Amino acid sequence: MNQIAFVAAAYTVTLGGLAAMLGWCLLAMRRAEAASGEVR
Amino acid sequence: MASTDLHALANPFRFQRLATLLTPWLLGLGLALLGLGLYLGLFASPPDYLQGETVRILYVHVPAAWLALGGYLGMALAALSARIWRHPLADLSVQAIAPVGAFFAATCLLTGSIWGRPTWGTWWVWDGRLTSMLVLFLLYLGVIAITALHEDRARGLKMAGLLAIVGTVNLPIIKFSVEWWNTLHQPASIRLSGSAIHPDMLTPLLLSASGFLLLFAAMVLMRMRTLIAGQRVEARARRLAARHA
Repeated sequence: MNQIAFVAAAYTVTLGGLAAMLGWCLLAMRRAEAASGEVR
Repeated sequence: MASTDLHALANPFRFQRLATLLTPWLLGLGLALLGLGLYLGLFASPPDYLQGETVRILYVHVPAAWLALGGYLGMALAALSARIWRHPLADLSVQAIAPVGAFFAATCLLTGSIWGRPTWGTWWVWDGRLTSMLVLFLLYLGVIAITALHEDRARGLKMAGLLAIVGTVNLPIIKFSVEWWNTLHQPASIRLSGSAIHPDMLTPLLLSASGFLLLFAAMVLMRMRTLIAGQRVEARARRLAARHA
């Protein structure tokens, strides 16, 4: 198989996962801090 | 950091303020360094004389491995300080680091598998390095599961901390597995005594590793802010319930 395909697969897994993790951390933090602001 | 500074940060409100200030800088700088490192790694560094283009997987695989190991050590130290000094943020650090560390361990395993297919001719082999790295990933999952599923929260945190501390036995096994046993995995190319990697490859590697490190820190801070905010909501709910009882 083409070597570039393996490189593309590794970068897709890493950067896709990183984007998902960053999104999850950011959304959960915003939601939790909004909820804590409401009950303060 | 001096112990007085650590005690100042034990106040969750003070920590929250510092974390709020640091998070966007860590995110911005981390993304910039990662972007530069990966650009240089993909387009400016040379292909390897043996591996060809697949060597470019190095710039995501190796930082992921470093952070999976370093993150676990940080999590174990936090668990230890929670037991010894009862630092109020230490248990939160264990909870915050676990999913981020698990992500980097999973990334290391997946990118390693993708790199292994064209280089070794196989996606996976049960040798010392790969198996001990899989054990590290499972240890992270264990810490996450215990903190999330235990009915008694304090007891769950204690048990998860214990698992994190005991699991550090696996760290030297991962590090030295390539020297102790026959393995397809190559030995370390970067040591304290120097590097066997050409500067054209080392520069993008260190840049992307720095970027990933700052993003790791940003994600841990965001998780800690989430947990602190959640605790505040829970405390408020308990006060309201006690008032109405």
